[in-house]
Amino acid sequence: MTEQKDRELYRWLRLIREFEGRISALDKQGKLMGGVYSGKGQEAVTVGFCHDLRWDDWIFPLHRDLGAYLVKGADPKRLMAQIFGKRDGFAKGKDSYLHGGDLANGIFGATSMLAATLPVAAGMAYKFKIRKEDRVAISFFGEGASSRGDVHEAMNFAGVHKLPVVFVCENNFYAYSTPNELQFGVDNVADRAAGYGFKGEVVNGNDLHDVMKAAGKAIDRARKGEGPTLVECKTYRYHGHSEHDRADYRSEEEVITWESRDPISLWEIYLEKRKYDIAAIRKETAEEVTRIVEEAVAFADGSPAPEGPEAMEDLYAMPIDTEAR
Amino acid sequence: MLITYIEAIRQAMDEELARDKNVLLMGEDVGVLGGAFKATAGLLEKYGADRVVDMPISESLIVGAGVGLAVQGMRPILEMQFIDFIACGFDQIVNSAATLRYRHGGQTACPIVVRGPSGGGVHGGLYHSQNPEAWFCHVPGLKVVAPATAYDAKGLLKSAIRDDDPVIYFEHKFLYRRIKEEIPAEEYLVPIGKAALRKEGRDLTVITYSAPVHAVMKAARDMAAEVDIEVIDLRTLLPIDWATVKASARKTGKVLIVHESRLNGGIGGEVAARIAQDCFEDLDGPVMRLGARDAHTPFAPAMEAYVLPNQEKITEAIRKLAAY
Repeated sequence: MTEQKDRELYRWLRLIREFEGRISALDKQGKLMGGVYSGKGQEAVTVGFCHDLRWDDWIFPLHRDLGAYLVKGADPKRLMAQIFGKRDGFAKGKDSYLHGGDLANGIFGATSMLAATLPVAAGMAYKFKIRKEDRVAISFFGEGASSRGDVHEAMNFAGVHKLPVVFVCENNFYAYSTPNELQFGVDNVADRAAGYGFKGEVVNGNDLHDVMKAAGKAIDRARKGEGPTLVECKTYRYHGHSEHDRADYRSEEEVITWESRDPISLWEIYLEKRKYDIAAIRKETAEEVTRIVEEAVAFADGSPAPEGPEAMEDLYAMPIDTEAR
Repeated sequence: MLITYIEAIRQAMDEELARDKNVLLMGEDVGVLGGAFKATAGLLEKYGADRVVDMPISESLIVGAGVGLAVQGMRPILEMQFIDFIACGFDQIVNSAATLRYRHGGQTACPIVVRGPSGGGVHGGLYHSQNPEAWFCHVPGLKVVAPATAYDAKGLLKSAIRDDDPVIYFEHKFLYRRIKEEIPAEEYLVPIGKAALRKEGRDLTVITYSAPVHAVMKAARDMAAEVDIEVIDLRTLLPIDWATVKASARKTGKVLIVHESRLNGGIGGEVAARIAQDCFEDLDGPVMRLGARDAHTPFAPAMEAYVLPNQEKITEAIRKLAAY
C-alpha cells in the first residue's frame, strides 16, 4: 500500500474513535437521549470493509457501526445531528442513533430487530444480479444476531442465487451480556457458510490488514458473480452493550487482554515499521479529527429540534386523508 | 409492603418459581445480567441456570421453545427484552401457541406467559416504545393483560403463570419505577378477565388501561368540581369484562375510551362498537376515543408528545364529551 493510503486508513480509524468518544462523553453529560451503542474497539472491521467500496455499493451497518457511515461518505455533521435527534439528521428526529440510513450514500438504516437487514441486503443484491450491475452489498451483523432465523433465511437465498453480497459477522463475544457459549454450539459463525454453499472465513477483526485482505477477496468474488462470502471478524467492544451497561459480566483480565490488541495501536505499530514520521502523523491526524468532530457537534447542537406536527410527515409516499383526531 | 411496579413483577415470578417447580423463565439476558430492566435480578442465583435461562437472540425460538415446554407440562415465562421484539416471535404466538389447544381438539393446554416492557414516554424511538396489544386481541386462543398498578402487576402475572392458556402480558416501562404502592404481605391473585372500577362517578365514564390509568385518575380528581367521572381500568384486554363496561356505560350514558396505542385498529374501536350496539338507548352522546395519533412513536421529544396522549389531551377530551 502507498504511504498516502496507509495514512488515510489511520485517519479513518482515529476519526471514528474520536467521533464515538465524543458521543460517549456527551451521553455521560446527559446531553443525549436514548441508547448509545459504542463500537470502540471494532473500528478496523468497518474501515476494512468500507474503505475500498465504490460510491454505488451499499452497506447495511449494525447498531455499532457508526464508523461505517463516515467511511462510506455520510456527512459527519448530519450524522451527529442524527445522534442528537435533530431535524438535520437522516431520520429528521423520528428515530435515534443508527436507525436512520443515508440512502444517497448507499447506507441502509437499521432497526432494533437485529439481523432484520440481512434479508434486505440479499434482496438488494438480487437486483444487482438480475440487472447485471457491477455492485455489491455488505451486510454487517453481530454474533448474537446470528441466532435469528433471518440470518439463515438470507444466507440460504444468497447461496441459492450466488448473490453479490458479503455477510460480515462482527463477533465481539457478547450479545449484551450473553456469551458465545450460550449463543451457539459451533466454534465459529463462519463455519455455517458451508451449509449455504458458499465460503466462510475467520479473520482477526482488530488487524486492519487481515480485514482488508478478506474484504478485498470477498468483494472481488461478489463482483465477479461468484457469490456470497461470510467473513467472521473476531473483535471486542470496550464499552458495554450500551452506555447504560457497566458490562460487569466480563472479567477485568479479559478487557485488558483485548485492550492490548487495540486496532489503532496495531496500525500505529505498522506505520512505525514503515518508518513514517509517526509523531507528526499522530499530531496532524489528532488536529484534523478533533476539528471535524467539533464542527459536527456544533452543527448538531445548533440544528433545530423537530416540532410536534412533523411527527405526521414521512408516513406515506403520498399523503393520505388522516383526519385530525 | 411498599413496592414499585417492576418489583411487583419480579416478586410474582420469584413466588411462582418457588411455588411450582414446573415454572421456568426464559429470555435474552434474564440470567447473569438480571434483565435489561432488572426485572429478573437475583432469580438465576436462586433457581439456577436450568430454570432461569439466558436464551440466544431469537424471539421466535423463545416462544416456540416455550410451546414445546408447555406441552410437557412446564409453565414457561418468556421475556421479550422490549415488547417491540415480540413481532419477531409473532408467528409462534399466533400460529403455534394460540392454535395449539384448538388444533389438538383439547388434548393439550398451552400455559405460557409472554411478557415484556411496552409503551412510550421515554424517548425510546420507533423500536422501544410500541403498544402492540391490539395485534394480539384479534387472535382467538390468547389472553391479553395490561396492568396499571403494582398490585395488579403482581396479581395478574401470578394468575397468568397459573393460567392454562397463552397469556400475553404487557407491562409498561414508564411505570416501572415511577409508581410505588402498598401491597399485601400475604399472597393474592388478580383474576384475568375482570376490570377494576377505579373511581365511581355519575356524569361520564372513562374506560382505560395501563399507563393512562394514572393520567385519567388525576384528571378525574382535578376536574371533580366540574364533572363527576367514573374510571374503569380494563386490566384484561382479551377477554374484556363487558359486564363492567356496559353497566358503567348505562349508568353515566357518556363514554370516553383512552389508550396509549394508536386509534386505528385499537382496542378503543372494539369497546366503542360494543357499547354503541348494546347500550345505544342509554347513551347521551357519542362514544369517544383518545389514543395516539396514527404515526409511529417518534424519538424527538416534541414529536413524541404530539403523537402520544397526555394529561392535557385527556382533560380536553373529557370536557368535550361532558359538554355534549
